[in-house]
Amino acid sequence: MKISINDVEHVADLARLHLDEKEKEQLAGQLSSVLDYIDMLNELDTKDVPPTTLAVFIDNVFRSDEVGQSLTNEVALANAPDKKDGFFRVPTII
Amino acid sequence: MKLNELTAHRLHEMLINREVSARDITEAVFNRIDEVEDELKAYVRTTKDLAYQQAEEVDQKIQRGENIPPLAGIPIALKDNICTKGVHTTCSSKMLENFIPPYDATVVEKIKENSAVIVGKTNMDEFAMGSSTETSAFYPTKNPWDITRVPGGSSGGSAAAVAADETIVALGSDTGGSIRQPAAFCGVVGLKPTYGVVSRYGVVAYASSFDQVGTITKDVTDCALLLNVIAGHDSNDTTSVKREKVDYTKALIDNVKGLKIGVPKEYFAEGLDPEVEKAVLESVEVLKSMGAQCEEVSLPHLKYALPTYCIIAMAEASANMARYDGIRYGYRTPEASDLIELYKKTRSEGFGNEVKRRIMLGTYALSTGHYDAYYLKAQKVRTLIKQDFEEIFKKVDVLLAPVTPDVAFRLGEKVDDPLTMYLTDSLTVPANIAGLPAISIPCGFKEGMPIGLQILAKHFAEATLLQVAYTFERNTDFHRRKPNYKGQEGGKN
Repeated sequence: MKISINDVEHVADLARLHLDEKEKEQLAGQLSSVLDYIDMLNELDTKDVPPTTLAVFIDNVFRSDEVGQSLTNEVALANAPDKKDGFFRVPTII
Repeated sequence: MKLNELTAHRLHEMLINREVSARDITEAVFNRIDEVEDELKAYVRTTKDLAYQQAEEVDQKIQRGENIPPLAGIPIALKDNICTKGVHTTCSSKMLENFIPPYDATVVEKIKENSAVIVGKTNMDEFAMGSSTETSAFYPTKNPWDITRVPGGSSGGSAAAVAADETIVALGSDTGGSIRQPAAFCGVVGLKPTYGVVSRYGVVAYASSFDQVGTITKDVTDCALLLNVIAGHDSNDTTSVKREKVDYTKALIDNVKGLKIGVPKEYFAEGLDPEVEKAVLESVEVLKSMGAQCEEVSLPHLKYALPTYCIIAMAEASANMARYDGIRYGYRTPEASDLIELYKKTRSEGFGNEVKRRIMLGTYALSTGHYDAYYLKAQKVRTLIKQDFEEIFKKVDVLLAPVTPDVAFRLGEKVDDPLTMYLTDSLTVPANIAGLPAISIPCGFKEGMPIGLQILAKHFAEATLLQVAYTFERNTDFHRRKPNYKGQEGGKN
């Protein structure tokens, strides 16, 4: 699978990454070679094979809807890069 | 032997016989850290004050004549992706360089309940993405057996710290071999339990359907003791499994008579170093001579394990890494005019190259038009690989295999070539794909570097696995050899 610079730019935008020209070029080459390797999976016919999402079977996990312990506002904000009046502060959105 | 060179079970005896204090042990460990850490760089951060405080509490308990649990007063190092309340947890990333968790991971709570002494947080590949600890944003860790070589990864700091006697035991995490591979490279014992046996709550996620916390120790007995502490259901982790409590030390039986061992030929395929192959096959002979029955078996889909792992791990990684946006915690770019720019600059400046690469690959595999061809396809092949193991474990109790295709490689040797680096995990990822327990124990040397023997068992059969590992250890001497590393000033080994 050949990955173009355009593909890299599209995926970087989806992943919210900013890449410089050198990184784009490098990634196009590296992703192409990894995907070429992964294409090996196409040797297998998996038409009737169900997918596995988790190796160990676990049934739905339920619990009763009770209020437990949670972080205080102060503790929850302690690691915030920017905060104001008990809220996370972000650049203007609208 | 110095105290820091001993095992946890030996030190426990000495503690309860009042031959030593927890303080003495802690001191021996920190002396060793002072001696070698400048060069080895196994730790991101040490927690000396906390350690002495915990040691003091244990000594007081002993003085009061209280019973202490087996790991009380025993120094432990924690991989830096395991959250410790009030102590930086960085994942060796610029993104989390200043992150101080407001809570303890469940495994840390259990460690504290058992009064183990937390020595520090160990270096790792950034967000556990790597096989050499070279993708750490801070510095690479060196292998105490040969400082020009990598300790393996991503739990390279934990493995190097145990091997160099900078701690007694350590915790790591294993997503595609990140405990077993560094354990093999550093000549120590590394166990990845069955998926769901140990809680992942508070362990920073990389690939959630593979991640599992496990142990790195100097011998199999310590492995069982530490597993006893960390295993168990946790309602904070919906993928943790409800099972009856097991005492894994009961599995430490020096006997494998009648046990059925499978040697899967696909693990011995092209690319395996002949000396590694020889050491593993000789290990099979050792167990055979102890009365185990051995047969060659086949896992036809094994060669597809690595590409399957790459797609699923990177897809899950790209989803897990989405949370690092510079808003609630972690790094934030100093300047951005709008929110999208803030996300993009934060993530581009905060993540290293390997993390970006995996996010890109994973995002690509999950994106419109590629989902079926890559992600769904890989999940289907995952089923085939899992079925191969299920079939084989109807016939045999354990599988024996190499852990890595070769011994530890040199620093810088593979770091610029992602695919070559990924290939070093080809023999460890199958256990993660199928969720199986697997252990690495020392089984030989090549050019003075340790070789690991991998033992795999079916889901929840940690006891069988420990029994085989223990029997092997009791009848061989590989685990007794030490790297003999003296630190920078003591001369190069």
